Amino acid sequence: MSTMTRGWRTATASTAAVASIVLLAACGTSGGGGTGGTSAQTELGELEGSVSILAWPGYVEDGSNDPSVDWVSGFEEETGCTVTSKSYGTSDEAVSLMKTGDYDVIAASGDATLRLIAAGDVAPVNTDLIPSYAGVFDFLKDKEWNSVDGQSYGVPHGYGANLLLYNTDVVSPAPTSWDVVFDGASAYSGKVTSYDSPIYIADAAVYLMAHEPDLGITNPYALDETQFAAAVDLLKAQREHVGEYWSDYLKEIQAFESGDSVVGTTWQVIQNVLAGEVSNTAVVLPDEGATGWSDTWMIASEAKSPNCAYAWLDWIASPEVNAQATAYFGEAPSSQEACDFRDDCDAYHAGDADYASKIWYWTTPIADCVDGRTDVECVDYAEWTAAWSEIKG
Amino acid sequence: MTTADPVRAERTPPPRRGGFARRGSVFLTTHPRARLALLLSAPLLWLVVVYIVALLLLLVTAFWTVDSFTGEIRIDWTFDNIVTVVTGALYQTVTLRTVGVAAAVTVIDVALALPIAFYMAKVAGPRAQRALVIAVLMPLWASYLVKAYAWRSVLSQDGILEWLLSPIGLHTPGYGLTATIITLSYLWLPYVILPIYAGLERVPDSLIEASADLGGGTWRTMRSVVLPLAFPAIVAGTIFSFSLSLGDYITVNIVGGTSQMLGNLVYTNVGAANNLPLAAAIALIPIAIIFGYLALVRRTGALDNL
Repeated sequence: MSTMTRGWRTATASTAAVASIVLLAACGTSGGGGTGGTSAQTELGELEGSVSILAWPGYVEDGSNDPSVDWVSGFEEETGCTVTSKSYGTSDEAVSLMKTGDYDVIAASGDATLRLIAAGDVAPVNTDLIPSYAGVFDFLKDKEWNSVDGQSYGVPHGYGANLLLYNTDVVSPAPTSWDVVFDGASAYSGKVTSYDSPIYIADAAVYLMAHEPDLGITNPYALDETQFAAAVDLLKAQREHVGEYWSDYLKEIQAFESGDSVVGTTWQVIQNVLAGEVSNTAVVLPDEGATGWSDTWMIASEAKSPNCAYAWLDWIASPEVNAQATAYFGEAPSSQEACDFRDDCDAYHAGDADYASKIWYWTTPIADCVDGRTDVECVDYAEWTAAWSEIKG
Repeated sequence: MTTADPVRAERTPPPRRGGFARRGSVFLTTHPRARLALLLSAPLLWLVVVYIVALLLLLVTAFWTVDSFTGEIRIDWTFDNIVTVVTGALYQTVTLRTVGVAAAVTVIDVALALPIAFYMAKVAGPRAQRALVIAVLMPLWASYLVKAYAWRSVLSQDGILEWLLSPIGLHTPGYGLTATIITLSYLWLPYVILPIYAGLERVPDSLIEASADLGGGTWRTMRSVVLPLAFPAIVAGTIFSFSLSLGDYITVNIVGGTSQMLGNLVYTNVGAANNLPLAAAIALIPIAIIFGYLALVRRTGALDNL
């Protein structure tokens, strides 16, 4: 009896093993990355009647979250393209979701766009087919995160800077430099907060650009081994004084309300929320400049509804819709005309090219230095991620 | 059934009419193994597909690599991830920290649960007992996140703990490992109390009385009678608190300040880094630790009585 049972068990185990091998073989057929994708569409065809969109939360609102927040219904009425949408939480999630091929359109930040282009998941975009593109701020067009060799891969959506937030009761005089969270952080030890993402290493690089010119950093996303090591050392020293790292913006709001954090990196929308609750916080764009994000609407290279996708890109870039969507998320719109539909453009410095030039927009760090250097190899994002875990210890 | 329709019953004799069902039932009655197979195949399939295949996939993924730029998983067999995880200073530090937190949480929870469970099982009257069981279960009705965020505000610089402690010259520990241990101890306490309570309830009162009759004091009775009998239950409780703490990454994210545990490393490698193979390799650490713990527990014989 006992030998029988054992035999049965072995049989079950080997069945499981065989089944899993079959499964593994089935899983292991995904191909490698392609090259730059197909060429851009030259003319528009008939609308397909539906479009599938992948975007950051709050970018595709059809009134189901808040009846007064709805810019999808108007699009559906005008074009007859029914919208289905999915939101994602991180750029990396977006990159892996796009690989499923289920989406026609994606709103991607600069730390995802280049990866999507390199993997051949998105197609070049013919901006002549998008009337609203003409109104977009010039300083957002043809940038390294939305274009390759002068070929546009999408339409800019909105942008914002990672600012310095501080508690006016504790941090005085008012800071004008990132110094308060790096070399001067010991004054606020235990109450400094930082953004919890590998991309935050670029914030340290922006600081080093101004304070350690010998390192020769010209772009915080193109760091060679030495420059990268300097940024990592700076962040390891900063860690001694960091109270906590945040990635959930509600967590930072609560920490500033309770006084657990008094100085650190932030988004404009966080200050907007805080201003409604307490009066002792302020933000500043420090003299060294800052990192930031600039999002781009892109079209999948194997889109099932390319014409509806072009229609969406035009719709979302049109001033009134762009104003609604960027205001809802808390960022600057992509065109001057959009400011006519918003009363808070000044708070976001929309259209202020001088302010915008101080922002280093999130870009995927890759081995081919994005600052154009060819004599060295830059540290890529995988190593940024590994270093970030090490910085946090 | 067969007599309900005499006309049909006449045409088709009863043994044939019940044919299939009856023969099936006769077959099953005489073949206990087939009966068992029918009963267990669905749950077993579930167990194999969801549990064992998932674990095997995890194990196998740890030996693959990922294309760092496009994020595609490539099936190049390599030990790099395992070597990184075993030799990397970061992973050693974080593993030690995680095991330390899990051990501290387990010790605190057992220390709190033993007296509570003993009172519930042996001292309280039936009404009080019911009320206490409900009181212990009540926190489980609230969401995990709500409880963790509640502790975030309790432990804050202007939270209730600071308000309570500052008059006597003490301060809140603030966000960090201590806060993580406190919060996790709170979260897993019901999972430790309940098995110990169930175990203590099975200890016959007569044995405790006999010990008293033979001159055993309170401590002597506890040490020589109650604890040995309740030991398997205590071990069951520690398995809960230890394994749950070992895999936690949300609490430490909310109240842990800058600290990270193994779960956070897995999470960043799946989410931010899109490096599933390395995440799989890291996930093997807690699995190995838990297997080690279970092997240790098995040697004490505690599992035989579960």
